Amino acid sequence: MAKRREVTDAPNKLNRISKKTNLCFNLIFVFLALLCIIPVIFIFIISISSEDSIRHIGYRFIPESFSADSYIFLFREASMILRALGVSFVVTVTGTALGVMLTTMMGYVISRSNYRLKGFCTMVVFIPMIFNGGMLSSYVVNTQLLHLKDSIWALILPLLVSSFNVVICKTFFKTNIPESVMESAQIDGASQFTIFGRIVLPLAKPLLATIALFLTFGYWNDWFQSSLYITNTKLYSLQALLDHIQRSIEVMANNPAMGVTMTEYMNSMPKEGARMAMAILIIIPIACTYPFFQRYFISGLTVGSVKG
Amino acid sequence: MKKNKKVRPKRPRWTKNDTELSILALPTTIWYILFCFLPMFGLVIAFKNYRVTGGKSFLYNVIHSAWSGFKNFEFLLKSKDLFVILRNTILYNLAFIILGMVLSVGLAIMISLLHSKRKSKVYQTLMFFPYFMSWVVVAYFLDAFLNQDNGLINSMLRDAGSEPVRWYMTAGVWPFLLIFMYLWKSTGYNMIIYLSSITGIDTTLYEAAVVDGASQRQQVWYITLPCLKSVIIMMFILNVGKVFYSDFGLFYQLSQGATGSIFNTTATIDTYVFNAIRSSTPIGMTSAVTFFQSVACCITILVANGIVRKLDEDSAII
Repeated sequence: MAKRREVTDAPNKLNRISKKTNLCFNLIFVFLALLCIIPVIFIFIISISSEDSIRHIGYRFIPESFSADSYIFLFREASMILRALGVSFVVTVTGTALGVMLTTMMGYVISRSNYRLKGFCTMVVFIPMIFNGGMLSSYVVNTQLLHLKDSIWALILPLLVSSFNVVICKTFFKTNIPESVMESAQIDGASQFTIFGRIVLPLAKPLLATIALFLTFGYWNDWFQSSLYITNTKLYSLQALLDHIQRSIEVMANNPAMGVTMTEYMNSMPKEGARMAMAILIIIPIACTYPFFQRYFISGLTVGSVKG
Repeated sequence: MKKNKKVRPKRPRWTKNDTELSILALPTTIWYILFCFLPMFGLVIAFKNYRVTGGKSFLYNVIHSAWSGFKNFEFLLKSKDLFVILRNTILYNLAFIILGMVLSVGLAIMISLLHSKRKSKVYQTLMFFPYFMSWVVVAYFLDAFLNQDNGLINSMLRDAGSEPVRWYMTAGVWPFLLIFMYLWKSTGYNMIIYLSSITGIDTTLYEAAVVDGASQRQQVWYITLPCLKSVIIMMFILNVGKVFYSDFGLFYQLSQGATGSIFNTTATIDTYVFNAIRSSTPIGMTSAVTFFQSVACCITILVANGIVRKLDEDSAII
């Protein structure tokens, strides 16, 4: 049964590529797919290699001996990681919620053809697509005018809206939501807020999912805002922490075991392994979830693509 | 409002509808003003001798700094750095655009021809994976291979009896490394974008072609590629518009700072500006760089879009 479906699925079943070409192509893709995931496997193996093995033979796919020291160390130092996880979580959730709201509201407004200021609003969205102030100006404005330095809002606000997402929303509202529904609601005396909240948003669930995913992954993976605006280690997100410990893992060693001095503890910590274990901790949530969300990323570009 | 009415009496009057929509648009508009339009205004500091006076607001500082004309730009033109960062930014971007496009379109066509759809789904999922990694994480991946003391490549070199290489100080290898890593991270994603347009192509076209005796290669050349044209052009304009910007994380994280002995092959405009911000050097020259970047970027987008419009009216974005 499965085999028959495969055959009919092929777009040009009358003239398929030969078995030999098919095999070649398959080999190429197996190679490329391996290339894409081998680094993760490698990092994982390093994180469970013992520190002695790394000292003797370096990072290897087959270490001399395994150990869970890195993970035990991270578990002991969990307070810093948990705090960073908390920051990442708060930033991601707040950012995504606010971002979806602002993006869809603007998208809805510029999709209404009878709105007086439609032209103005469209310009507000379009101009930044072509011209922008750049990193330095933004930095000066954010730190000196908005005073965002060392504030958690510096991680959230600058990434809230992207014109690209607004245009996706506009195209979606224009093409997927029938005008007549909104007109009849208006005749029944519904305000624009009611139409937007009760009719447009419920009909645009796939769009909301797409925008929310773009924002979620954007916030979760962001380290750039941290490296510009955050100097206080308490406000580090997971990515910023990872960025920070690339230079010195020592910052993480704060809780020595009983009867061990700080220096001894520092010397005994699994430096290399712990760094890699941190990376693995950040990868896991993404690696486990992205296969389920993958299609929304593509639909975001095709369903509401700029040219519709 | 009254004045408007007199000039253009035919315009519909301001309704409750308009008020409500304005309220909906207000928060986002404020965001745009604060985070997009104020920085645009901030670009004037490129022409100013910008000084920060303690306790005064940003606007006060901008207005009360003395005009310096093009002095900042003169400094910039005199420094050797400008040539290096400009060359790197543009050449890397061109390499990314061309190689990226050829590779991902080619792979998208190949994967669409595979017999087994289930295998194709598995390949897609695995190749999509790098796209979801941040550059910080990718820098760890690269470090695992290139680390001077423990990296896999250096260990293998030691086993083979040769001297280990200080990869993070060897300028010559970075163009290849950066291009490879860019392709590694983005190809899967781009391939899937093109693939989704390929699967959208009307299959009757292929059936007709087969009836007319077209070979597999002719089908790709005369049906698949022409159908992909508008997506390819759209991606092209989007990328060309960013030719003066660089994927900051790629250059900064992978090269671990883009400074020192590999500055010549890894520094781009963005890493240069970022390093200047972090080292709190005087703002003048840096602001001249960003001003140039913004203006050049704006011009390239408009020109690229103009050319596309000339060639094919429907494919232009703006």
